Amino acid sequence: MIEIERISRAFGGLQAVRDVSFTVEKGSITGLIGPNGAGKSTLFNIVAGALPPDSGRIRLEGEDITGLPTHQLFHKGLVRTFQIPHEFSRMTVRENLMLVPARQSGERLLKSWLGWWKVVREDREILRRADEVLDFLEIGHVRDELAGNLSGGQKKLLDLGRTMMTDAKAVLLDEPGAGVNRTLLGKLAEAIERLNRERGYTFCVIEHDMDLIARLCDPVQVMANGELIASGDMATLRDNPEVREAYLGTGASGTAGAA
Amino acid sequence: MELAGLGAYLLFFLNLVGIYAIMALGLNMQWGMTGQFNIGIAGFFAVGAYTTAILTTGPADGWLGGFDLPFLLGLAGSIIVCVPVAWVVGRITANLRTDYLAIATIGIAEIIRLFFLNEGWLSNGTRGIPGIQKPLDLGNGGYLLIVLAFVAITYLLVEVARRSPWGRVLRAIRDNEPATAAAGKDIARFRLEAFVVGSCIMALGGGLYAHFVGFVSPEAFRPLYGTFLVWVMLIAGGSGNNLGAMLGALVVWIIWSSTEVLADLVPTALIGSESAFRVFLIGVLLQVILVSRPQGLLPERRPPMPGERRRS
Repeated sequence: MIEIERISRAFGGLQAVRDVSFTVEKGSITGLIGPNGAGKSTLFNIVAGALPPDSGRIRLEGEDITGLPTHQLFHKGLVRTFQIPHEFSRMTVRENLMLVPARQSGERLLKSWLGWWKVVREDREILRRADEVLDFLEIGHVRDELAGNLSGGQKKLLDLGRTMMTDAKAVLLDEPGAGVNRTLLGKLAEAIERLNRERGYTFCVIEHDMDLIARLCDPVQVMANGELIASGDMATLRDNPEVREAYLGTGASGTAGAA
Repeated sequence: MELAGLGAYLLFFLNLVGIYAIMALGLNMQWGMTGQFNIGIAGFFAVGAYTTAILTTGPADGWLGGFDLPFLLGLAGSIIVCVPVAWVVGRITANLRTDYLAIATIGIAEIIRLFFLNEGWLSNGTRGIPGIQKPLDLGNGGYLLIVLAFVAITYLLVEVARRSPWGRVLRAIRDNEPATAAAGKDIARFRLEAFVVGSCIMALGGGLYAHFVGFVSPEAFRPLYGTFLVWVMLIAGGSGNNLGAMLGALVVWIIWSSTEVLADLVPTALIGSESAFRVFLIGVLLQVILVSRPQGLLPERRPPMPGERRRS
């Protein structure tokens, strides 16, 4: 689905990503883990079109998408969320979702002026879909709140909700669990699993919560110091000496990243 | 002032309020909805005023003119000429944000003013273009009806735009650009559209202004009258709220006019600096508003959801 081929990127003297290649298979929930500063978010930004790579290619279902801007990737079915939730703080939760659907005729100013009744009719349908998503995520009770007033965890759910308003094929989730309490985390994981199962979304997930990764992801790619050092299922990786070293330093014992 | 004089003054006053209300609506599309910090309003105001002046006046003596076109064609010309001007300015400044956009636009507005000042073949330079007629030989009273009709039309168009999905994208850009791009929206396109449409509304205000005062010269398009007052109106009225923009035009123009009365009361020592004193008062007013009621007289309200009826 997403083929990452020999991507490198440096910031000044810092080689943030070095010659990384792997493939996110269609229908999978692929994990991407590694200690802080491993280059995961940089790689995500490159795949999502927010940052150009120094070298290497990205392909989406065989098509070269390297360097395309974010909004064009969206229309090709590649959608992302952010590590820090990026809500539209002065818009309501519903409006946050209603913004997203592509090809809204009301996004043309002339159509809004000359056919506003048609635009309102179309918007009513978009509102219905937004309310469905809010019910699915069980945050319907805050639908008319300004998104800036939500809790951190609710904002994470809202980010995920925005991806559900698209016809996405592949979704990049940057730390969906960060700052989310345990109860909400279970809900979030369940939502991701259902989207994967019922709607056929492919996911690539950066996450530090190893329980969440173990529950959701197979396979898992491990990065450290800008390089890909291992991949496989979580059970295997826990016993991989290189992974343990990356997380805990040489000679450490115990389970890697069990916290 | 006797009653007849007061009535005449009121008509004069309301015409200007209407014209400024239109410009405040244009600025609201750029700043209130999109967050574009345009302080070059005077430039588009001038383009609109000069265009209709050139198109509708009779025989010209040494400047471009003599087309003698009707009023409505002159106004249409104001808007049409503003489209390419605003488009070019918008493209140049497309990637600039907030303070950088402000610096660029104020510079461009001055360039436009100096262009009209120096290109005498086009604009008659410092002497300006006289003899711009009101349509149908109307007086200030009749002309007020025309201005108010344009205010109403502009308000309707801007308000429909604000409530539409197009306006929703603009507000999203204002809140968070990366997330708007991640939602598949072409930010550059929306920013440019809002800039051009908002600027054309300012040009319409300029056109109405030219026919109202009957005379245009570069002096009228200094940043104070052309730009600064419009900003104070929008901030005072409530940026993001179209009714607020119009209310702000009324309130600020009342205060601005009443400072004219104050000018008669200043001590003799200060005679000659009345105009500076008026500007100072407006500056103080802006500070007071920003500190005590930053959301303005009528704060922004979210547009109603489709099918929603509001009680209030």
